[in-house]
Amino acid sequence: MASQNQLFSIKGAKVLMVGAGGIGCELLKTLALSGFQDIHIIDMDTIEVSNLNRQFLFRKSHVGQSKAKVARDAVLKFRPHISITPYHANVKDPDFNVDFFKQFNVVLNGLDNLDARRHVNRLCLAAEVPLVESGTTGFLGQVTVHVKGRTECYECQPKPAPKTYPVCTITSTPSKFVHCIVWAKDLLFTKLFGDKNQENDLNVRSTDATSSSEHVEDVFERRKDEDIEQYGRRIYDHVFGYNIEEALSNEETWKNRNRPKPIYSRDFLHDEIAQQNGNVDKDCAAGDPSSVSAMASLGMKNPQDIWCLKENSRIFMEAFKLFFMKREKEIGNLTFDKDDQLAVEFVTAAANIRATSFGIPLHSLFEAKGIAGNIVHAVATTNAIIAGLIVIEAIKVLQNDTNNYRMTYCLEHPTRKMLLMPVEPFEANKSCYVCSESPLTLEINTHRAKLRDFVEKIVKAKLGMYFPLIMYGAALLYEVGDDLDEAMVANYAANLEKVLSELPSPVTSGTTVTVEDLKQELTCNINIKHREEFDEEKEPDGMLLSGWTQASSVEKDDNKSNGNGGSTSNASQAVPVEAEDNVEMDVLSGKKRRLSEISGQDLSSVTDETKNHEKLEVVDDDDDLVMLDDDPGLNKRKRIQ
Amino acid sequence: MDGEELTEQETALYDRQIRVWGADAQRRLSKSHILVCGMKGTVAEFCKNIVLAGVGSLTLVDDRVATDEALFSSNFLIPPDENVYRGKTLAELCCDSLKDFNPMVRVSVEKGDVSGFDGEFFNKYDVVVVSCCSLATKKSVNEKCRKLSKHIAFYTVDCRDSSGEIFVDLQDHIYSKKNLEETAECKLQYPSFEEAISVPWRALPRRVSKLYFAMRVIEKFEAEGCHPGDVSIADLPGVLKLKKELCEANSLNESHIPDTLLERLVTGTREFPPVCAVIGGILGQEVIKAISGKGDPLKNFFFFDAVDGKGIIEDISVSNPKSGS
Repeated sequence: MASQNQLFSIKGAKVLMVGAGGIGCELLKTLALSGFQDIHIIDMDTIEVSNLNRQFLFRKSHVGQSKAKVARDAVLKFRPHISITPYHANVKDPDFNVDFFKQFNVVLNGLDNLDARRHVNRLCLAAEVPLVESGTTGFLGQVTVHVKGRTECYECQPKPAPKTYPVCTITSTPSKFVHCIVWAKDLLFTKLFGDKNQENDLNVRSTDATSSSEHVEDVFERRKDEDIEQYGRRIYDHVFGYNIEEALSNEETWKNRNRPKPIYSRDFLHDEIAQQNGNVDKDCAAGDPSSVSAMASLGMKNPQDIWCLKENSRIFMEAFKLFFMKREKEIGNLTFDKDDQLAVEFVTAAANIRATSFGIPLHSLFEAKGIAGNIVHAVATTNAIIAGLIVIEAIKVLQNDTNNYRMTYCLEHPTRKMLLMPVEPFEANKSCYVCSESPLTLEINTHRAKLRDFVEKIVKAKLGMYFPLIMYGAALLYEVGDDLDEAMVANYAANLEKVLSELPSPVTSGTTVTVEDLKQELTCNINIKHREEFDEEKEPDGMLLSGWTQASSVEKDDNKSNGNGGSTSNASQAVPVEAEDNVEMDVLSGKKRRLSEISGQDLSSVTDETKNHEKLEVVDDDDDLVMLDDDPGLNKRKRIQ
Repeated sequence: MDGEELTEQETALYDRQIRVWGADAQRRLSKSHILVCGMKGTVAEFCKNIVLAGVGSLTLVDDRVATDEALFSSNFLIPPDENVYRGKTLAELCCDSLKDFNPMVRVSVEKGDVSGFDGEFFNKYDVVVVSCCSLATKKSVNEKCRKLSKHIAFYTVDCRDSSGEIFVDLQDHIYSKKNLEETAECKLQYPSFEEAISVPWRALPRRVSKLYFAMRVIEKFEAEGCHPGDVSIADLPGVLKLKKELCEANSLNESHIPDTLLERLVTGTREFPPVCAVIGGILGQEVIKAISGKGDPLKNFFFFDAVDGKGIIEDISVSNPKSGS
């Protein structure tokens, strides 16, 4: 029971919740029951069916409505006299500035992406408001407390960037199923159904065949009056047959690798034509485009089945045809959406055919959807536990009970008899560029790297500053803002295209560049060090940022991480989950521990931002372990004849 | 494992959790029948969790009529509107709310006192959870379940002040556990509640959670006098006296059960909502593990205290399997 003292603090507290999803619903309920009377809640999302297994404040009838608003209404039903203010908005909106944050006694995060978490962290530091962070995936979860000046901030332990795949791995030498998914989703699907003007690495060039690029463009375009079946088979043959043959012709590539096998449609689809045309005609009567499905059309019911090559090919062709026949208007504008059944079917089939070619194990639609959609698996119980722990910490914060602040880890397997393990928070990292404003060092080729590269790869991608102001000494090199006059905008645009050493105020080795983000009230100083050469594989960006305690490398984590979550399969405890926040926790040794960050990841925003980049960024879900704690029978589903 | 597939509706709704425990486990859940007695805040949390998880049916037992307490209750299933709760039992009110969470789960009420039900009644269920009941009832319900040939999973759950206790009895439990690439079959043998609490205190490991002892003292105190859950600050002297007697009888140093702890547990009459959420969540997970037969179920006590934030598993069982009850 809360003491009188505690109840008093609770009653008078003004609390901000960021996120009204899995953790949010449980948290709002528990806060209300615990006596909190003034709660504000921000969430930009609307309710989806897949939320309903755990976001219990929502009903099927609420699908499509604002999470923040519906959550509020639901809680008021059992606590009618408290105040809950919902905001159906993005926490990164400028309205939620430092002054907004200052009005709260504590901020409670229930977010699902790193970007937003960093943003809130910076605002809480600037506003000097304590932050209680949390995350869950499957059976794992954690709660951490961040108080400026007393504990680490959320970014004191840097979270590694999402795992990236070199373009050639995706286009030429895939070795894991996830590579095939990325190929199918970001290359093939986009090429066929997405923005045609976008640069696309789909075609493998065995030689520097720049002269054939025009010809290559034609391959994917439907020819005049081309029969849809023919068009589909032509594409099939091109990407699964011809492209593979082309790649094979480069002997060097395959010296130490298994050679892929080209696959042609004639081998698998010769007697299908009549049958399929029949099915498609039958479907013409059916109205709703969103319910169009290749699986349904072909009578394949179970998303957990693993299709053989023939079935994958049939799905590929059927999905292809259905897009052109039923959803023609959308072609050219489509982006992959995990809730788009037909898109998922197409990507699954395409990835599986490519996987067959390269000898990579196939996956069911269910599994493929999880990888392609970066789906986080989630259950109600973990969220409920974490929500309870968040409220317990929040009350300590309100009481200034600093000696009792704890980071609490919810484990799947007990460590020293504990399923819930509290740990004392760490002191702030003195070289954290976010909360202690210490300088970083950037090794870069100042004669080759442009300001634009610096902005995209360092300022935005690494530092998470999206509205930066970049200065060298008194000179303003670049800034973003609404109130800039045309001359300034032109000046900055010109600067972006200049290499660093040729900027109006040249940025050379030994100089210090200052980057500010006014929204986040964050200033960062970066010492520039010129370096000529960078390793293409290890430092593909051609830059190296350093200066704070490094997290363990992603490679090391791969040995113990399972990709998608706390499976019982590994000996180590508290297995970190999503690649983005994938830092291993060394619980038993008691030495300086880095945070095990477990979070629900929605990396779609990150992927969007990197669309135009060389790297294709994807969560490295270890495809073999997409399903945790799994039934070995799962991969041996009966196949449809 | 039968061949019945999950419906399209189930696959869509349960997608995120199927990714955690698999379609087979989900199927088993949908065929399971749960009985729950004693509808306080923690149990309400537990019920919410398993209804969302998609069990086959949930039957609630609690004939207590709702009072004004409902307005401040840590049981969010009870609408704080006198016009709604007047004259209804806690089970009835909770049933109405729970149905809403998942239309695919059959939620119903069983009238009567759980201590009066016989073996044939319990045989309808796969899982039995009791809360807010006397020591005698815990023991007798546990025994009735154990006498049946069907393996019923039995749980008790109680929260006092800012702490909580869960007891688990899965009898002889076989389950699968994935270890790296292989799946192994594991077996655990659980003692009954009576057997567990009969283990002499001095035979227990030194670092056993103080909560275990404290709960036993209060449990015994209530057994000898008042209604379960009705102990209050006025009873503190009696409770402390009983503690002294029990420690002496067990040759246990009194420091194992601090007076301050007992005072806290006896004074805190209302449940603490964050603890309800934690305990209800852990219990939910355990029941799901038991039904699905996957993952290590906890054996056999779980304790959580918000004061230190630890969630601890204690194995209170006779090490020599030949020792009888």
